[in-house]
Amino acid sequence: MQTSVAIKDLAIEFGAVKVIEKLDLDVGRGEFVVLLGPSGCGKSTLLNAIAGLIDIVDGEVWISDKNVTWSEPKDRGIGMVFQSYALYPQMSVRQNLSFGLKVAGLPRDETEKRVGKAAAMLQLEALLDRKPSELSGGQRQRVAIGRALVRNVDVFLFDEPLSNLDAKLRNELRVEIKRLHQELGNTMIYVTHDQIEALTLADRIAVMRKGIIEQFSTPHEIYHRPANTFIAGFIGSPTMNFIDGKLTEAGSSMTFSGTEGVSFDVSRHPELAGSGGRDVILGIRPEHMVLGESTDPEAYKAKGKVSVVEPMGADTVIWVDFAGGMRAIRMSGDPTVSAGDSVDFHFPPERVGFFDQQSGVRIRITAYLRHLY
Amino acid sequence: MNVSVSAPNSATIAASAVQLARGRKPHRLTAGRIGLYAFLITAAIFFLLPAYVMLMTSLKPMDEIRDGAIFAFPRTLTFEAWWAAWSSACTGLNCNGISVGFWNSIKILVPSVFFSIAAGALNGYAMSFWRVKGANLLFAALLFGAFIPYQVFMYPLVIMSATLGVYNSIAGIVIVHTIFGMPLMTLLFRNYYAGLPIELFKAARIDGAGFWRIFFWVMLPTSTPIIIVAVILQVTGIWNDFMLGLIFAGRENQPMTVQLNNIVNSVTGERVYNLNMAATILTAAVPLLCYFLSGRWFVRGIAAGAIKG
Ligand SMILES: Nc1ncnc2c1ncn2[C@@H]1O[C@H](COP(=O)(O)OP(=O)(O)OP(=O)(O)O)[C@@H](O)[C@H]1O
Ligand SMILES: [Mg+2]
Repeated sequence: MQTSVAIKDLAIEFGAVKVIEKLDLDVGRGEFVVLLGPSGCGKSTLLNAIAGLIDIVDGEVWISDKNVTWSEPKDRGIGMVFQSYALYPQMSVRQNLSFGLKVAGLPRDETEKRVGKAAAMLQLEALLDRKPSELSGGQRQRVAIGRALVRNVDVFLFDEPLSNLDAKLRNELRVEIKRLHQELGNTMIYVTHDQIEALTLADRIAVMRKGIIEQFSTPHEIYHRPANTFIAGFIGSPTMNFIDGKLTEAGSSMTFSGTEGVSFDVSRHPELAGSGGRDVILGIRPEHMVLGESTDPEAYKAKGKVSVVEPMGADTVIWVDFAGGMRAIRMSGDPTVSAGDSVDFHFPPERVGFFDQQSGVRIRITAYLRHLY
Repeated sequence: MNVSVSAPNSATIAASAVQLARGRKPHRLTAGRIGLYAFLITAAIFFLLPAYVMLMTSLKPMDEIRDGAIFAFPRTLTFEAWWAAWSSACTGLNCNGISVGFWNSIKILVPSVFFSIAAGALNGYAMSFWRVKGANLLFAALLFGAFIPYQVFMYPLVIMSATLGVYNSIAGIVIVHTIFGMPLMTLLFRNYYAGLPIELFKAARIDGAGFWRIFFWVMLPTSTPIIIVAVILQVTGIWNDFMLGLIFAGRENQPMTVQLNNIVNSVTGERVYNLNMAATILTAAVPLLCYFLSGRWFVRGIAAGAIKG
């Protein structure tokens, strides 16, 4: 894949605060990359650095194979959409869309052509002569997207474009952005702290924490094989169940023992080989926990007391007291149990992930072991 | 329907009053409200009384004024004093009325208001959006300057303007007004721009607009409320100025306030109270009009600009 945006050794400081210290990121041409992370982790800062809107301390920014580290925002071939829309309040929609083209000195007919095209794509034709104050939130954000669209740029930057909108509009516009990406094939870098947006839109997700990219891979990989407990806990709702325990090795068998006498035979997990005596966290997502008894001899079987039942329409979350904490079980349909019931449940070994208790890092098969198996 | 009524005790009455609550809450005139209104009305009368006396006096002939009934309505209504004040009142040897001062004041006012606001808006814009190095220090210095009594600056300023060759000229007084207006105007615009989303500026930068284009195309058009406030502050402030006009404008260009003082204080024979009052009202008319026409904007702008930040 050709590289569209490359960031090398980026460092950014605000006064004495080092927000980003050494960050690398490679985004392929036409790729949809989502920057995901908790508030204050530096997502907007990174995006602003790509756009050239803030000064960086160290590093390089490359866009479309040009080193743009010292270039003006307008010369970087980017368009940007902000959470607060940032439309020019005194200009009509048409003027908002054409302002950048006018500044660039584009001929009138070309400007009109591009504005017309963008307006058609975003269903703004009927609104062209309105002022931003006369538009709804969703319409305003479409104008803001249009403003980036008319510039015919290679890279689109979105900074939480949907977070000012209500849930319904957010869904609509999310689909629209996805469609836009499929139509245009531009590179898009999209900041959000909404995991649904991240999972649905992204080709790849970069999960950030405290100015560091913790994991950069496909939504599937991030969801099913999170690199550490932070990512595992950040994505998915309710979050992944984490059960603390200790591994004990006896001959060729490995046992995971938690509190309250919880014990699983985890010999079938190759990544745990040689980890006897280690304190670990067993992670299992709520939707992979199944209510009822299992006949599968390999399944991890458990028992617990239901403390809360949360019906959510399409499915139900059941909170069970198990191994020293509340564990979530997501079942489809209406609840079949109620608070106070003692229930059996089980989960398959292949859905389980183990993390180191100290570092929170996922325990993976080492290269040597991978060779063995 | 059959409703049995038993003698209610006081507790049930109170409870049922609450239960009956429905719809718009009734406004009740409390003692505190009455006191507040009484105070406001008294204060209004107190301040309006002199204005009333001035107006009445200006509309009376001198014979009637000599009677001394200052609160009485004029028996013979005459606008002669007003006409005389405007076109033929004397200051020293010149008897062209206060209209001369009026036009001088206009000539001083218009460019002074324009340039001081332009400078303040530009300063505020640059400080809010362009992270100019040392901007905060500069701003602090500017504000500090605003708190020094401006009489202190007079002598150095006179020397400076004389050196520049603008002493005793309209240009000179305009420059002085612009300088003295700068701290407040900068503060006003800086606070206003600090309240605008920074993304507006960023979006314009991505659209390729530079310093001036962002200022004229994006920031100024959104600044109408604060410009109106600035105009009110500057029009009233500059119009009411006496000392700067006296010192810097020169004999030919003395503003209305200075001329009014000369008219009122030139005692040759009897004091023409009606003319003096008329001249004074005429001089005060411009700021008064300014306040009356803009009351709502003024409050809104002050609330938006000055309190924040
Ligand atoms: N102009 C600034 N001056 C000083 N510190 C700043 C500035 N802008 C951001 N920061 C700090 O940098 C860190 C990262 O901020 P940033 O806006 O990039 O976070 P974010 O990931 O976009 O968060 P959010 O999801 O809330 O938008 C924060 O700790 C913030 O306080
Ligand atoms: Mg942000």
